[in-house]
Amino acid sequence: MDTVLKVRELAVDFKTDIGLTHALVDVGFDMPRGKVTAIVGESGSGKSVTANCIMRLVQPPGRIVGGRIDFAPESMDPFEIVSLGKRDPRLQELRGGLISMVFQEPMTALSPVYTVGNQVAEAILCHRKVGRRQAWKEAAEMLERVGIGDIDRRIKMYPFEFSGGMRQRVVIAMALVCHPEVLICDEPTTALDVTVQAEILTLIRNLQQELNNSVLFITHDIGVVAQLADQVVVMYQGRVLEIGTVRQVLKDPMHPYTKGLLAAIPGLAPKGQPLATIASVVGDTDIARPYPLVTLGDGRQVSLPREQVPGAIV
Amino acid sequence: MSESAADGTLLEVERLSKFFDGVPAVEDVSFDVQRSETLGIVGESGSGKTTLVRAILRAIDPDQGVVRFLSSGGWVELQDMTAKELIPLRREMQMIFQDPFASLNPRMTVRQIIEEPLIIHQAGTASERLEAVRDMLAHVQLEEDSLTRYPHAFSGGQRQRIGIARALILRPNLVVCDESVSALDVSVQAQIINLLEDLQNELGLTYLFVAHDLSVVQHICDRVLVMHRGRVVESGTVDEIFDAPKENYTRLLLSAVPSPDPDVPLKPLDRRELGL
Amino acid sequence: MSDVALNPVAETPASREESATISPRRLIWIRFRRHRLAYASGIFLLLMYIVTGFCEFVSPYGTTTRNDDAINAPPMRVHFFDAEGNFHLRPFVYAYHMEVNEDTWMREYSEDTSRRFPIRFFARGEPYAMWNVFDMDRHLFTTDEGGYIHLFGTDQLGRDMFSRVFYGGRISMSIGLVGVVLTLVLGILLGGIAGYLGGIADRVVNKVIEVLTSLPGLPLWMALSAALPAHWSPILVYFGISIILSLFGWTGLARQVRGRFLSLREEEFVMAARLIGADTPRVITKHMLPSFSSHIIATATLAVPGMILGETALSFLGIGLRPPVVSWGVLLFQAQNPLVIELTPWQMLPGLFVVLVVMAFNLFGDGLRDAADPYSTAAVK
Repeated sequence: MDTVLKVRELAVDFKTDIGLTHALVDVGFDMPRGKVTAIVGESGSGKSVTANCIMRLVQPPGRIVGGRIDFAPESMDPFEIVSLGKRDPRLQELRGGLISMVFQEPMTALSPVYTVGNQVAEAILCHRKVGRRQAWKEAAEMLERVGIGDIDRRIKMYPFEFSGGMRQRVVIAMALVCHPEVLICDEPTTALDVTVQAEILTLIRNLQQELNNSVLFITHDIGVVAQLADQVVVMYQGRVLEIGTVRQVLKDPMHPYTKGLLAAIPGLAPKGQPLATIASVVGDTDIARPYPLVTLGDGRQVSLPREQVPGAIV
Repeated sequence: MSESAADGTLLEVERLSKFFDGVPAVEDVSFDVQRSETLGIVGESGSGKTTLVRAILRAIDPDQGVVRFLSSGGWVELQDMTAKELIPLRREMQMIFQDPFASLNPRMTVRQIIEEPLIIHQAGTASERLEAVRDMLAHVQLEEDSLTRYPHAFSGGQRQRIGIARALILRPNLVVCDESVSALDVSVQAQIINLLEDLQNELGLTYLFVAHDLSVVQHICDRVLVMHRGRVVESGTVDEIFDAPKENYTRLLLSAVPSPDPDVPLKPLDRRELGL
Repeated sequence: MSDVALNPVAETPASREESATISPRRLIWIRFRRHRLAYASGIFLLLMYIVTGFCEFVSPYGTTTRNDDAINAPPMRVHFFDAEGNFHLRPFVYAYHMEVNEDTWMREYSEDTSRRFPIRFFARGEPYAMWNVFDMDRHLFTTDEGGYIHLFGTDQLGRDMFSRVFYGGRISMSIGLVGVVLTLVLGILLGGIAGYLGGIADRVVNKVIEVLTSLPGLPLWMALSAALPAHWSPILVYFGISIILSLFGWTGLARQVRGRFLSLREEEFVMAARLIGADTPRVITKHMLPSFSSHIIATATLAVPGMILGETALSFLGIGLRPPVVSWGVLLFQAQNPLVIELTPWQMLPGLFVVLVVMAFNLFGDGLRDAADPYSTAAVK
C-alpha cells in the first residue's frame, strides 16, 4: 500500500489549570495515498489535535511530547514532521503548500476585509512563483470549480456577502489552489445545514476523485464517514481504538466502543425503543484501558486484548 | 398518533407571525399539539423554528396570531398576556435549551439552579423543596453530591440533565425542547433522548421538539412540522413525512441526510431542479 | 503506561473535585492570587491605606510643625554604628550641622556626629488628635525631647516632609476612593438604565456620554474648580473636587455596564430565568448583577488612579486643593520651582508616591480584571 502519511506513537500533553492532560496517547495510523481517511470520534477524542499535529499547529498549553509523523510527498524527498525546526523551510512548504486545511468555521479562515478573489489569489502567490494576473485567473478557475457561479461578479465580493455554504466553498478553493497532496478537513460541514452539508460533501468527494489527492477528514458524524471515507480511524479519549476500511468498521465493528457509537445513532434504532448507549453496549468492558493495536489478517487493527481477537496475526 | 389525540388538545397556534424589522421570521403558522404527544418541528437555520417556539412561550412577543394553551385553570390566550399574568403559567410550560453551557448560570450551584423555580413559585417549605430537588436529581440520573457543585464541573450531557431538572421540577405539561440534544455527542445524545422519553412516559409530558437532526426527530416524534422560510410547508405523522413526503422541500431535506450505511450512497436532490 | 494517564481528566482528581464546589468568589480569589504582581500591588495599596489612615500616628510631626534648625534640609540617614564604629541596638540619627556657603549663600547640611538622637518607637511626642477626635501623643517613632528626625528631609519652612507625604497621601488616596464611589453610583445607575430599558433612555444616556467624552477634560476641570467658592472650607473643597472628577469619570463605567446588560440580556441563562417565572428585579439581582459585579469592581479599581492623578493635576496647577490642606498635588505645587528640583530634590518625593500608587492601582486592577471571570477558561472546551 502506498502511504502518504505515517503517524506513529504520537503523544500530546496539555498543561491546564487542573494539571497535565494527555490529549493524545500513542496515536498511530497510516494514511493511504489518493484515498479519504476519516478520523471519527466524540469531543475529547483528540481527533482535531491529531490534525493540528500534522500541520504542526499545536499551540501552548499543548505540546507534542513524542512520536513521529513520516510524510512522503510525491514532489519532495520524504521527511519527518514532528522533528522539523521552527525555521525549517520545509515547514513553510508543508503548511498550505503540501498540506492544506479546511476548518469548521469558514469565517475564521477568511479575512473580512479582502474580497474572496483577492484571498484565493493571495494563497497562490504565497506558495508559487506566478504573476498576479495569472494568480487571479487561477483563483477564478478554482472558485468556479468549487461551484461558485457568476464568477466575474462574485470574485469581487466579500466573505460576509456569502452564505455559510458558499464561504466553505471559498475556503475549499483556497485550500486546493496550490494543489496540496494532502487535504485535511476538520469538521468542515458541522456548522452547516444538512442540505448544504450534502452539497459540500458531494463537492469534496468529486474533487478528491478528480484531483486524486489524499484527504484526512475529521468528523463526529458516522453518516458523513459512511458517505465519504475509504478508511476509518476511530478515536476515543486521545487513543486509536480501531482502524479499518469503511465497510469493516461500520458494518462489522470489532471494538465495543465502535459498536456503541453505531448503536447510538437514532436513525438506526427501531422506533419506540430506547436507544443503545455506549454504556449499554460496552457493558462491563473497560474501554478506558489501553491495549496496543492488534492487526488482523484482513488488515484491520483494533485495540483489544489479543485473546479477544480471533485471527490476530501481529 | 390516534391514541394520544384522544387525550385532547393542549396547545393551539393560529396564524402566528413574528417580524424582525419588518421581515417575517415566522409567518402564518397554525397547528395544534395533543396532550402527551411529541410534535417535532424541523427546518434548517433561518427557517423560524426557534423563533416560533420562543413566541409561543412568550420569550419573545409574537406580532400576530393566537396561542391558546389549556392551563390548569382552563384555556388561556398567551399572546396578549402581560409579563405578570404569565408568571403563574410558567409552572405549566417550560423550555429545555440547546446550549448546556450558556443556559445555566455559572455562579449558581446545581441546587440553586434546580430549586429556583420552586422558590419563585413559592412551592413548599425549604425542606420540602430540598426533597423535591433531590427527587428530581434522581429522575435525571445525577448523583446526589452534584447539589453543591457549580455547572462548570459537569460535562455537556450532565449539564443538559441539570437543565432538564430545572425545567421539570415544576411538573409542567408542555415542554419545549429547543435543539436540546443538538450540541451533544452521539453517545450522550442517546442517553438524553432516552431520558426525555422515560420522563415523558412517567410524567405524561407533552413535547414540542425543535431539531435540525432528522434522525433524532424520526426517532422521538409522533408528528412533524417541516418549516421553511418561516412557514410550515408540510405536516403529518412521522411515517408520512419520512416515508412519503409530499412537498419538494421535505424531499430535499430527507435526501440530504447522509446514511450511516456506506452502501446507501448520498444522492441529494438539486435545489434548483425542485424550484426552491 | 498507567490507567490514570489515559483518562484526560483523571490525573488530578483532587483539584478537579475541589474546584467543582468552590464558589465563584473563591475562584476569583484563587485566580487573582496567581497574578503575583497584582497581588503584591494589592498588598502595597492596603499598606498605604493603613499607613495614611493612621498618618497622625505614623508621622512624627504634624503638617505645620516647623523646625527652624532645619530649613530645606536633606533626608536623614538612620545609623546603627556611630562615628567611632560602636554598634547600637537602637537605631539613631545625627543632628544636622548647618553651614552657609559663602559663595552661594545656600544652607549646606552635614551630620553633626556629636549629637546623636536615638529613635524611640511608640514613644510620646508631639500631641495630636487622631482623626480630629482622640487626643493622643504617641507616635510610631520619634526621638527624645530636644532632638528631631526628618527621614524625607524638610521643606523651605522646615516642615517634616515624611509627615507631609503621609498626611498628603491620606487626602490624595481617599479622594480617589470617594470619587470612584460617586462614579460607581452614576455609572451603574445610568448605564443600567440605558442597558436594561433600551430605547429612548439608552439613546439619551448615550448622547450625554458622547458629549461628555468629547469635552477636553483639563480645561473643564479647571473651569469648574475655579467656580468653587473661595470661602468654602477645605472639607467642602475636598468633596467639590471629587464630585468634579467623578462627573466626568462615570462615562466609561456607564458604557461598560450598559454593554454588559445588553449582552447578558441575550444570555440563555437569563432567558431561562425569565421562563421559569422570575420577575425583572429577580432577574437583575440574582442573574445579571452577580455575573458582572466583579468586572465592575475591576473597572472601578482602574478608575482610581485617574482620580488621584486628576486631584494631583488640579492641585499642582493651584486650582484644586489649597494650603493649609496637604495633598500630594499641593506638595508638588510647592515644588514647582526648577531650583527646588536642583537643590532640594527630596521635595519631589510626593511625586514618587503618586507614581507608585497609580502604578499599583493599575496592576491591581488588571489582575482583578483578568480574574473577574473565573469561568472564561472553564467555559471554552
